Amino acid sequence: MRYSAFKILKEALTGNRGWKPVWRHPEPNPEYDIIIVGGGGHGLATAYYLAKRFGLTNVAVLEKGWLGSGNIGRNTTIIRSNYLLEGNQPFYELSLKLWEGLEQDFNYNAMVSQRGIMNLIHSDAQRDAFVRRGNAMRLSGADAVILDRDGIREKCPFLDFDNARFPIQGAIWQPRGGTVRHDAVAWGYARGADERGVDIIQNCEVTGFQIENGVCHGVETSKGPIRAKKIAVCVAGSSSRVMEKAGMRLPIESHVLQAFVSEGLKPVIPGVITFGAGHFYVSQSNKGGLVFGGDIDGYNSYAQRGNLPVVEDVCEGGMAIMPMIGRARLLRMWGGIMDMSMDGSPFIDKTGIDGLYFNGGWCYGGFKATPASGFCYAHLLATGAPHPVAQHYRLDRFLRGAAIDEKGSGAQPNLH
Amino acid sequence: MSQPNRIAGGQIDDKHALSFRWNGRNLTGYAGDTLASALLANGIRLVGRSFKYHRPRGIFSSGSEEPNALVQLREGAAQEPNTRATMVELFDGLVATSQNHRGALEWDLLAINDLISPLLSAGFYYKTFMWPKAFWEKLYEPVIRSAAGLGRLSELADPDIYDHGFLHCDLLVIGAGPAGLTAARAAARAGCRVILADEDFRMGGRLNAETHAVADMPGAEWASATCAELASMPNVRMMPRTTIYGAFDHGIYGGIERKTDHLVDSAGKPRQVLWRIMSKRALLCAGATERSIAFANNDRPGVMLAGGVRSYVNRYGVAPGQQVAVFTNNSDGLRTAADLEAKGIAVSAVIDARKGDAVIDTSGRKGLRSLRLNDGRKISADCLAVSGGWSPNVNLTCHHRGRPVWNDSIMGFVPAGDLPPGLSVAGAANGTMTLASVIAEAHDAAKMIACDLGHARGAGVAPTSSDETYEASAIWHVGGSPARAWVDLQNDVTTKDIKQSMEEGFQAVEHVKRYTTLGMATDQGKTSNTLGIAIMAAASGNAIPDTGTTVYRPPYTPVSIGAFAGRARGKDFRPFRLTPSHEWALANGADFVETGMWLRAQWFKRPGEAGWRDSVDREVAMTRASVGICDVTTLGKIDIQGRDAAEFLNRVYSNPFLKLPVGKVRYGLMLREDGIVYDDGTCARLAETHYVMTTTTANAGTVFRKLEFARQCLWPDLDVHLISTTDGWAQFAVAGPNSRALLSKVVDSMDLSNEAFPFMACSECRVFGGTPARLFRISFSGELAYEIAVPARYGHAMMGALMQVGEEFNAVPYGTEALGVMRIEKGHAAGNELNGQTTAHMLGLGGMVSRKKDSIGSKLSERPEMIRDDGLRLVGFRPVDRTQMLTAGAHFLEKGAPADMAHDKGWMTSVAYSPELGHSIGIGYLKRGGERFGETVRAYSPVRNQDIMVEICSPHHIDPEGERQRG
Amino acid sequence: MIIEHPLLGPRDAAEFVYLGDAAMIDRPDGMTVDDTGMHDYMYLRDNPAGDIRELWYHEQGDRSWLVVTRNTITHEITKVELARDVARRSGRSR
Repeated sequence: MRYSAFKILKEALTGNRGWKPVWRHPEPNPEYDIIIVGGGGHGLATAYYLAKRFGLTNVAVLEKGWLGSGNIGRNTTIIRSNYLLEGNQPFYELSLKLWEGLEQDFNYNAMVSQRGIMNLIHSDAQRDAFVRRGNAMRLSGADAVILDRDGIREKCPFLDFDNARFPIQGAIWQPRGGTVRHDAVAWGYARGADERGVDIIQNCEVTGFQIENGVCHGVETSKGPIRAKKIAVCVAGSSSRVMEKAGMRLPIESHVLQAFVSEGLKPVIPGVITFGAGHFYVSQSNKGGLVFGGDIDGYNSYAQRGNLPVVEDVCEGGMAIMPMIGRARLLRMWGGIMDMSMDGSPFIDKTGIDGLYFNGGWCYGGFKATPASGFCYAHLLATGAPHPVAQHYRLDRFLRGAAIDEKGSGAQPNLH
Repeated sequence: MSQPNRIAGGQIDDKHALSFRWNGRNLTGYAGDTLASALLANGIRLVGRSFKYHRPRGIFSSGSEEPNALVQLREGAAQEPNTRATMVELFDGLVATSQNHRGALEWDLLAINDLISPLLSAGFYYKTFMWPKAFWEKLYEPVIRSAAGLGRLSELADPDIYDHGFLHCDLLVIGAGPAGLTAARAAARAGCRVILADEDFRMGGRLNAETHAVADMPGAEWASATCAELASMPNVRMMPRTTIYGAFDHGIYGGIERKTDHLVDSAGKPRQVLWRIMSKRALLCAGATERSIAFANNDRPGVMLAGGVRSYVNRYGVAPGQQVAVFTNNSDGLRTAADLEAKGIAVSAVIDARKGDAVIDTSGRKGLRSLRLNDGRKISADCLAVSGGWSPNVNLTCHHRGRPVWNDSIMGFVPAGDLPPGLSVAGAANGTMTLASVIAEAHDAAKMIACDLGHARGAGVAPTSSDETYEASAIWHVGGSPARAWVDLQNDVTTKDIKQSMEEGFQAVEHVKRYTTLGMATDQGKTSNTLGIAIMAAASGNAIPDTGTTVYRPPYTPVSIGAFAGRARGKDFRPFRLTPSHEWALANGADFVETGMWLRAQWFKRPGEAGWRDSVDREVAMTRASVGICDVTTLGKIDIQGRDAAEFLNRVYSNPFLKLPVGKVRYGLMLREDGIVYDDGTCARLAETHYVMTTTTANAGTVFRKLEFARQCLWPDLDVHLISTTDGWAQFAVAGPNSRALLSKVVDSMDLSNEAFPFMACSECRVFGGTPARLFRISFSGELAYEIAVPARYGHAMMGALMQVGEEFNAVPYGTEALGVMRIEKGHAAGNELNGQTTAHMLGLGGMVSRKKDSIGSKLSERPEMIRDDGLRLVGFRPVDRTQMLTAGAHFLEKGAPADMAHDKGWMTSVAYSPELGHSIGIGYLKRGGERFGETVRAYSPVRNQDIMVEICSPHHIDPEGERQRG
Repeated sequence: MIIEHPLLGPRDAAEFVYLGDAAMIDRPDGMTVDDTGMHDYMYLRDNPAGDIRELWYHEQGDRSWLVVTRNTITHEITKVELARDVARRSGRSR
């Protein structure tokens, strides 16, 4: 069924009874060509691109809960391609280009909203680092502008220019950055994949892998065994506990990241703004709530909830740059499980086990990567070779000394 | 006529009148009113507009669960959007306006949305607004965003102060209704330290709204008396106006206390206090929240929760209407009729769904006028008290990701087994719905807790009370009309939306929530979630327990962001760390720069100097010509002592340290365990077993942390001890050809000749006739230079004294900018170069990493990608056109190569204007840079609008042989 | 969170800095370990969903390193020891 304004009008006139299910609820077949473990943003995007771009539809997505119940269902919805390193930036720029065409591509309004992302600068050293990054962005074909105080004031007059502990000196601004309605991304990809014949099996948890002589033939699940030629895992914060069933240890720690939303307000924040001298970033959703967050709590966790010091730290950061938000109220706080990798950069790679593939290590930045992650993972699964922009996302890069470390924090996940 | 709906009685003070302004109208209420009760007393029913359809909305409840009566409170910078009128204590001079309408509240232009509502069904926006593509950003989204949200921020800085506080107790009792008061009293009598918190300004919970008796007196009176008793006990802290909003780890609860929200202004006092309460045990007595029934047009102003109606009648002395009907599916709702009649309010009908009667529709767009029943009757009513049952307030029990379980006998979700450790539940929050059993349960729970905690004093006896029964029924949705029946009043979610969403395949409870936005408004579904789940269950054919609930998360009710930030506002966001010479610098023309939390002098302006370059060029020139003095206290200093100190250093530095002689300093290259250069500094051997290590300013704390890790965890039996002495010693660089001459007049009885105290020597010494000091001959500037340290308390005096002695040499103070220029001229790596991605090879120091010993990072520093011949190297740059200024952050490209990442050869890390050379210089990383001196490359910096050719050279721009520092 | 310091009693976790898995104590000898051995020590983690032994540093207190046994799903802490004691028990000395 194709969505459009005409369809809405037609349905409105006939009592809204003709809407078809957005996806089927099939039982799993005994065998598929490809099984994708994980029905979150990346898994569903992978299935979509396998079907749409590579014509592979004998595919199943296995999701242990309800579709989109992982980090795709709760994140701060930011998209951007403002990375520094050659191993990363072309990938994220590809992702941003895919975002730009996404709604038309999968006929679902994901509300891709490119109202810009502004990273504030508070010192000379920071400015130099952002200039380096901005130039890297331009080299990758992305957009980047350095703003001075007046340029920032024009866009965001409510920022504290006069009484700040760390005065705003400038900003780097990516006009094409912005936000997307996260649930719609999962639903759009799911609908698109399902339409083309991919089976999305919800409430189906992978409990083991069928591995013999270094070859993976399928999975054990809560709905029984399912065989496949290729098994592609992408389960974000659950990466270690799933891959452990294949006997693998990963360069990943699972950490809690909290995020927050305020009560709905009339429009006040034009785009995405990040604070450069504290942990705080914010945007305003199309429902009016301020969506904001900061740093991870810092300790390993699968609890999907965090503690108060971070809440205070984030709100302090918010009040430091925009003291108007003191009168707004924090409505809800979440925690997710982040797959923090040893260099802050992800993996999209084969494993040492034939037929078993791994996609993970996205830290807290997986949402913006969703289209490119799906696309590149599909490319790897379909062709056997990594897509050029994802070629450095290898599991063995630490053995070779080729870490992709944007922050320069080293092999300590909670510093990324 | 003023307050037409006011009736006698209630807990308001009708001698104490208050004036307030609503939507520009001046009105009167009484002390003890909320804004909601005062509005109702004045006959005002229309208070807002719903989110999507902009339907008229009235006051629905009397508590924090209120979905409709959200107002903009106060004006100017103190303006607060989305404030529940039911939770605003009325004060004299209160100003409030309604929200979410275009034009007047009565004539909202966006009410047109209601007419096109079939177009706006659940999830409609996902199915359209995609074409033409450009229209999303230019038209559709701006329109959606301007219609979104409810209240408005003033965009001015929050003028209030917020405090943070910490409390400890044996027992935190959450909620001061009959359960909470009973439990608090029992525990306190037994000897526990008790904190009793309630969101209301008057403790007592439902006792204040109902007519039950406790201990042979009216419930409200018993509550009052018990509060007085508790307040008199030294082991009890009473916290009204305090919401316990979250249960966190290890018995930590978050509370928010409203201190001045009920006053006309805060008068400089903290508006709210964010409490962190550490309690051994906690007892949730949060009661239950009433819910509605879904029937056509159940959302009109005048349709209210029955318990809320009783609250207005009994507590606030307000008749919510002149002709009130009652519609209930449970026994509790029937009390409403009795209470209304007792106050002489006309009851036009009592409709008991359990008997098969039902309201199937209503009319009265801006305010209820009549009802239609299923037997065809039309009933006049200007208020309809609805009771669909009571939902226990289980929220805090689920803050650790627990889920409640469904209880058929009360038709509600109750706490299940997996509660946060230390938390128990009593009363209606536990599904115990009748007064006598609530009191008994709370008393027993408190006794048990007191016993567990070892408090053996008598808890006393639980008070008696009138008893009752509670009979609920599974009647959720009334059919018989094609019109919409509301479930979520604020977000405009109807039963049709829920059904449509399930037909579209959104069947999991979380999917329905997200697709329809049920329960996502400011009330988080307090009056609608259970109803929504029941409707979902009916639509899917699953039972309610199989449908389940969504996740309960903090905060229980929304908390001002300002409260979480507390006092860390403006300049107090982070502390200022000041150097010992700060006052001297302030008095001598310094401009300061942030280095982390430190303030350091950036340069010292002299009169007549127009810009910072004038000052910096002078400081550099004078230092290199004669002598300059710079406060370098901020660099990390670590005192290392012990018989194994040398061995320890040999393992934490990658270069050799065992044979460093006493009285010598050595440059130390410290790697991270992954082989990356972590920090560089020096290490001075003052005595056989006594060293002083320096680090960069930024890494002072983290280097110390890593050293302690090595000491305690890796080699626990090495005899070595560490003390951080960064703040203990004031340290000054004295640099320039006349530095020796200057220091000879400062240091007591020491031969400072080049033979006696050569480059890289160190010694303890005394200055100015006996003050202890330490002298290090090290040079960051490349000149003949020293660093002299005195205990920090002498720092200010030392700076002044050095400058005084230096007068004869025209000594200048220099700041971080000049410091930077000089080190760039010399090609020393600093923060910009050591950014956590740097290897020793990149710095040209690969040979320094000893292969003969195991040290931190040496093994992993040898990984192939990190020692490539064609890798980045630190080199120097000059502009081909000497008049051009280099920029840091420029990337290097070969001339003629495409400007893309594949051809990126490196980047410029640091730049400066060199007064000695008379042009701009830089250093940076370039692939194969060490082999390319004399060649040119492009320095490409489009974000700075710069694209120039630069010449590759040695990073040691001046004095490459290092002769000056060895002189 | 509250950490029961073995010497100082219950302390707020905000006084501490978190490093990660206590396996970091088992640093191999850089002169004898092979590339894979050092890589695995540095980069691979069990990352359990359950009890973990982890390193916390009391930066705003007594500067001791502690090994805390904590459940990563419930955050319940069941044991706190001085890291130095743990290191010595696993044979680390000079």
